[in-house]
Amino acid sequence: MKNRTLTLALMDPPYESANSTTALRIISAALAKGINVNVFAYEGAVCLPLKDQAPHANPVKGTTVEDEEHPTTKAFVSSLLALGKDKPLLTWVNCGLCVDERGAANVVEGVRRGSPADFFKMATESTNTLVIPTK
Amino acid sequence: MTNYVFIESRDPFDSRDTHFVEETAIAVKERGHEVTVFLVQNGVLAARERAGRLGRLAEAGVTLLADDVSLRERGIRPEELAPGVHESAIDQLVDAIARENTKTMWH
Repeated sequence: MKNRTLTLALMDPPYESANSTTALRIISAALAKGINVNVFAYEGAVCLPLKDQAPHANPVKGTTVEDEEHPTTKAFVSSLLALGKDKPLLTWVNCGLCVDERGAANVVEGVRRGSPADFFKMATESTNTLVIPTK
Repeated sequence: MTNYVFIESRDPFDSRDTHFVEETAIAVKERGHEVTVFLVQNGVLAARERAGRLGRLAEAGVTLLADDVSLRERGIRPEELAPGVHESAIDQLVDAIARENTKTMWH
């Protein structure tokens, strides 16, 4: 079977919209099917793989970090990059200008810096492209 | 013929522009293309039979899928779904959008 590749453009920042969760589910399902995935993270989505994210306790409820098991999007992205390290391949590109605006350069391993030109190339070389805009 | 996949993430009672997806999906279907509407997140609120929202799409022959996780998150049981709406895993969406000659639109 011909190799298939999906490209996703993401724009929502972490912890703001269910769009991010759905996008991560789509990426995971595609990789599980052996489909290559390109992600172009634009605007606030460049913070999804931000390394400085930290799980936290909840002082209101009196729970610890361990009790909370607070999920971080950086951990999800790292897991997906591990799943897609070769065949299938997950390529994650953060928009460089969006990164600079947000001071969000400290990202997990496997994420690279790029530009909308990368998105154009990804889209033209993919089986299909899905753009998930902010509302 | 082209395959069209419309992903509807918005609550029809909150976003009146969900009507645009309905109209577009029907118009594309009438032109002889294969059309799927995949309901996800608050979009699944339209999937309930009592919501009375998807009759025209079903009558037009549009494939209607509702994300299983989104349904469970909102306490919507399979028996509550409108005729023609099928509970679906995210895998089915991936299968639909990873086909050649397919256009996908997120709303």
